[in-house]
Amino acid sequence: MATLEIKDLHVQVQTEDGPKEILKGVNLTIRDGETHAIMGPNGSGKSTLAYSIAGHPKYEVTSGSVTLDGADVLAMTVDERARAGLFLAMQYPVEVPGVSVSNFLRTAKTAIDGEAPKLRTWVKDVNTAMDRVKMDTAFATRNVNEGFSGGEKKRHEIVQLELLDPKVAVLDETDSGLDIDALKIVSEGVNRFKENGDKGVLLITHYTRILRYITPDFVHVFVDGRMVEEGGPELAEELEANGYDRFVSAAV
Amino acid sequence: MTAETLSHALEVEDVDSHLHPHRSFDVADHAVPTGREEIWRFTPLKRLRGLHDDAPLDGDGVGAEADAPAGVSIELIAPDSPLRGSSGFVPSDRIAARVWAEATRAWAVTIPAEAAPEEPVVVTLTGKDSESATASHLVVSAGAHSKATLVLRFVGSGTLADNVEYVVGDGAHLTVVSIDDWDDDAVHVGHRHAKVGRDATFRHIDVSFGGDLVRHDTTAEYAGPGGEVEMLGLYFADEGQHIEHRLFVDHNAPRTRSHVSYKGALQGEGAHTVWIGNVLIRKVAEGIETYEENRNLVLTDGCQADSVPNLEIETGEIEGAGHASATGRFDDEQLFYLRSRGIEEHEARRLVVHGFFNDLIRKVGVPSLEEQLTATVEAELAKNVLREGPA
Repeated sequence: MATLEIKDLHVQVQTEDGPKEILKGVNLTIRDGETHAIMGPNGSGKSTLAYSIAGHPKYEVTSGSVTLDGADVLAMTVDERARAGLFLAMQYPVEVPGVSVSNFLRTAKTAIDGEAPKLRTWVKDVNTAMDRVKMDTAFATRNVNEGFSGGEKKRHEIVQLELLDPKVAVLDETDSGLDIDALKIVSEGVNRFKENGDKGVLLITHYTRILRYITPDFVHVFVDGRMVEEGGPELAEELEANGYDRFVSAAV
Repeated sequence: MTAETLSHALEVEDVDSHLHPHRSFDVADHAVPTGREEIWRFTPLKRLRGLHDDAPLDGDGVGAEADAPAGVSIELIAPDSPLRGSSGFVPSDRIAARVWAEATRAWAVTIPAEAAPEEPVVVTLTGKDSESATASHLVVSAGAHSKATLVLRFVGSGTLADNVEYVVGDGAHLTVVSIDDWDDDAVHVGHRHAKVGRDATFRHIDVSFGGDLVRHDTTAEYAGPGGEVEMLGLYFADEGQHIEHRLFVDHNAPRTRSHVSYKGALQGEGAHTVWIGNVLIRKVAEGIETYEENRNLVLTDGCQADSVPNLEIETGEIEGAGHASATGRFDDEQLFYLRSRGIEEHEARRLVVHGFFNDLIRKVGVPSLEEQLTATVEAELAKNVLREGPA
């Protein structure tokens, strides 16, 4: 049971010229087992939506609400949101020097579950999760994301998704910069997550190609800080054929 | 003394540069510092308990215990022992000159040629009172082609001024781990000088956590080509603490290498760290390679980290020379990333600091010591960074 509900969300950032509104009233409800794809041109505010849900301090919510199963997400700190069941797979995962992947994963799992994972099964779980995305288990001893290629960073995000097992996963352009093999591996990871039960997925992407591997229930077109159209998978096909022009010109 | 001074002066050929202050065994040659001198300008003289002036150095408030593996000798030496000064050490400031002249305890650790003891030599200096100042002079000789590790540990409460000389024989490999784990009220001014033999390796890992004021001058020169110096440092200054490291690598021989990397964290009002990294590449030092870096992580307001790398190059015929210095706060993106995985803020901060130091600890290369250092860092973090409170 998981419902992420976003209502009339307005978000601004501080710029040299003063505050600038990026999200201009976003409405979206993701229910159990639903996969929503948000597609839009560059600069439309897609990533801002992802980071606002996760609570990045750069993004200031000026009005609206975000709730997870009725609980006020906006009142929670970044780590509380994660413990409540939200997960953000980032477009640019951050390097953390000197902290090993295995230490990081164990610390995160302990934080999410409220207790340390059982040593006996944990090592196996980590190895399995890494095997599944074809990451050498030697990565466990490397520093978090340090020296990882773009594709390795994205696979590491999927490893975390599998191990931390959130209620709702927000994937921010997880497909960008991936070659076709890596794209398939990452997509399979997301599909395994979906099969786990009542999970919500919010897939933010610029391109339609990932939607060949992950079938969305809903496709939303996002332009200039708000949803301008909603449809089924067929909407993605239209975007594939015609691009964003129709929506961009309509918004102007 | 005059003849000795002269011979040293000839051998050293002091370069006229602030990187290389005037050196002399004679205390009278070193005026009582006022705090305006380049080499003293960062140090709170008032907190030196007169070490830089005329405070008696004949105390015995800092005891020494040593544990050496078979074959390694530890003995007291006479004030006129030829071992003293065998590293080419010449005092570069008043405190070092006073210790040279007045040390009540002079002793030597000798690792025979080709010896390779598996266990480290462990020397622990324990301060029992800080009322009286203690001066001590230690000479560590690593024989040709020997391979050994020495651990120097400073604990307790005391006022100590000490000179330590390292004579690293040709082809020898000496690793020194020095840990200042003093109580909060200790004052320690140390001078360390190494002479690194032909194709020898000298690794110096300096860990400074405790004490009210800790100032280390660590210097190295080469006795022949092909020598390698690695100086790693790790420090953590809390509220009111002053930790100062002054390093000088004198590339006086060709095809020598040096790598200096110091990392520090600061937390609390009045925490002050100083890092001066000096490297001199002489005309004869062709084909050398040097890199020095200092990184500071400032955890709270009210701290000050001074960091000054200096590189003086007298020959262009080198393999490489570089330096880097960076002082910054927590990386917000790192904290966000960790927290977005459910990790609470104070735990995320602890992880980042742990990682910052861990990167350096992994370079120590002695597994048992790495574990010990990790534990020391964890204890320090538990005392400080783990403490919950306003960020």
